[in-house]
Amino acid sequence: MSQEIKISIQHLYKIFGDDPETAIEHVRAGTGKADLLEQYAHVLGLQDINVDIVAGKITVIMGLSGSGKSTLIRHLNRLIEPTAGEVIVDGEDVLAYSEEQLRQLRREKMSMVFQKFALLPHRTVLENAATPLIVRGEDKDSATEEGHKWLERVGLQGNDNQHPHQLSGGMQQRVGIARALTSNSDIMLMDEAFSALDPLIRTDMQDLLLELQQELHKTIVFITHDLDEALKLADHLVILKDGYIVQQGEPQEILLHPNDPYIIDFISDINRARVLRVRSVMDQGKGKPDNLAGDVDADDNLESLIAKSEGDTQICYRVMSNGKQVGVLDMKDLVKALVPTSAPEGSERASY
Amino acid sequence: MATYDFIFDSLGLRSWCGEKTDATMSMADLLRSRSGQDLTIWELPFPSLDNLHDACPAIAQTRGLTSGLESGFLTVKDSLQFFLDPITQPLSWLLNGALATFDTVPWWLMIPALLVVVFIASKSWKLVSLVASFILFLAFIDHYDYAMQTLAIIFVCSFICVLFGVPIGIAMSRSDGLQRGIIPVLDMLQTLPPFVYLIPLIFLFSVTEPKLYGIAIILYAIVPVIRLTNLGIRLVDKDVIEAADAFGMTDQQKLYRVQVPLALPNIMAGVNQTIMMSLAMVVIASLVSAPGLGVLVLRGIRNLELGVGLVSGLGIVLLAIILDRVTKAALARVNTSQQ
Repeated sequence: MSQEIKISIQHLYKIFGDDPETAIEHVRAGTGKADLLEQYAHVLGLQDINVDIVAGKITVIMGLSGSGKSTLIRHLNRLIEPTAGEVIVDGEDVLAYSEEQLRQLRREKMSMVFQKFALLPHRTVLENAATPLIVRGEDKDSATEEGHKWLERVGLQGNDNQHPHQLSGGMQQRVGIARALTSNSDIMLMDEAFSALDPLIRTDMQDLLLELQQELHKTIVFITHDLDEALKLADHLVILKDGYIVQQGEPQEILLHPNDPYIIDFISDINRARVLRVRSVMDQGKGKPDNLAGDVDADDNLESLIAKSEGDTQICYRVMSNGKQVGVLDMKDLVKALVPTSAPEGSERASY
Repeated sequence: MATYDFIFDSLGLRSWCGEKTDATMSMADLLRSRSGQDLTIWELPFPSLDNLHDACPAIAQTRGLTSGLESGFLTVKDSLQFFLDPITQPLSWLLNGALATFDTVPWWLMIPALLVVVFIASKSWKLVSLVASFILFLAFIDHYDYAMQTLAIIFVCSFICVLFGVPIGIAMSRSDGLQRGIIPVLDMLQTLPPFVYLIPLIFLFSVTEPKLYGIAIILYAIVPVIRLTNLGIRLVDKDVIEAADAFGMTDQQKLYRVQVPLALPNIMAGVNQTIMMSLAMVVIASLVSAPGLGVLVLRGIRNLELGVGLVSGLGIVLLAIILDRVTKAALARVNTSQQ
């Protein structure tokens, strides 16, 4: 699997206020968010962000509201200008782009899905889906044909001539996704795309996204405040707090080895059995223990394995990946992995 | 003896002030001198220009201010006319053309044509029949010609208001500085009594020219369409604008594909207000020779012909109802098509 870096964010800072240039010096000298606001009346939006976004994968940026995640994603297509730092897309510094180059980037390389859908209310669903191509100046017939194709792909048949307000929230967001796909860009930015939807619809949409991703292999940057959603979708998880990155890495890795009380707090509530996968808790090696009960796939989650073992902790499973043994899983280890890393005394939650 | 003599005497400015000519004496002075009493503190007049002038003739009278304004205006008048006359000439042509058209087209073509316009705008047969009954009633009581003249003027003036008002509103919505500059002007146009700007217009243009009342009506009626265009575009959902940016729309695409269509309900509300205000002004403009129902109202006032005034007033109300209902119906259609 290639690990080509599609977008690289380096030392990105964003400070809101009248004189960000001076304020950034204070931040570099170690002033925190609260102090900056109190002493210099500037809001620290982002602080030394370094993220490499791998091509063809889903990178999820997670944080609570006010953590700067929406600000961060808007730096990628420069809807917000950074105070300092670099955003490199396909080897080119986006921040050095002229207006024309930037427009080209937004039209052809990056598409965006919004929390509040942001469809054009006076246009039909089909025209909305075809918007990126119409904006580029392609002729209307081929644009709507493409739009129609993607509307069907996201499960909207027969709504072409309706207006957005006639659709439910979930359907509107399908139009939003179809619109982003119609632009046929490599990169999709999704800003809390599913946060405004009710839970069942949200699960549907997550499944839809994963299904589309298996086929299309877009580079997706997904923003969410929901850890379950983040863990479900992420190939790479970035956790933001107060404008800086607390931890980033593979979600399994973060779950098993959280390096910050903030994250421990975060992950203490989730259903670990559903999120953790066999490959994360197995013993690597080719050993063949006596109590082997069968084969499991490395990417199975623990929940399915518990069901398979019917709760028997005395047995072991051989872990297979692509038909080869990659390790052994003792059910006892599995049970241990389910115990959450405990939150330390006087942890963050006390202050919420 | 004037009240404030002592100031100039004590400051030693008497010689600068010059000789007082006591040729004229006001009634108040006369009474005071007759009663032989000095001014008490309770009667102390405000040291205004006129009162200071009494004490010192070198100080100008308030009368000088107004007459100065007037003579100042008269001196720039010619050069103003030199610019304004050719620029505003098309307005005269338009108004004359519209008045002639409404006059020459026979009623049996005009009324159906108007009803077709009403239907196209509102798509409502109910409204068409209401408008038909109003126009037929006005025609039946021999007010048809007057009503058509009023309509012709309103059509031309509202058209020009929209033609200039919408672009001005769009420009305002894009620049906070421009907005800060224009809003006081709009406030002034709206609060200045309409009679007041008739006066300089009479100086500038001949009363026989239609553009005189055309300009008066436009100045008065253009305000709401500018305001509501500006407001409408500023109120367009920020998320949608952001989406338009994210998909790489140019400013022009954003304006025509997103901002103007989404601001359309507000712009239409502005157009509705503009039409209603031109109707209000067209009555006042009859003072400066605007033809139409206003002339009848004016006749009612001048000659105390109560009946004439009331009936023509009713005619104006009927026109107002027609114009309001039709533009509101058009607005409602825009609204339902986009929510």
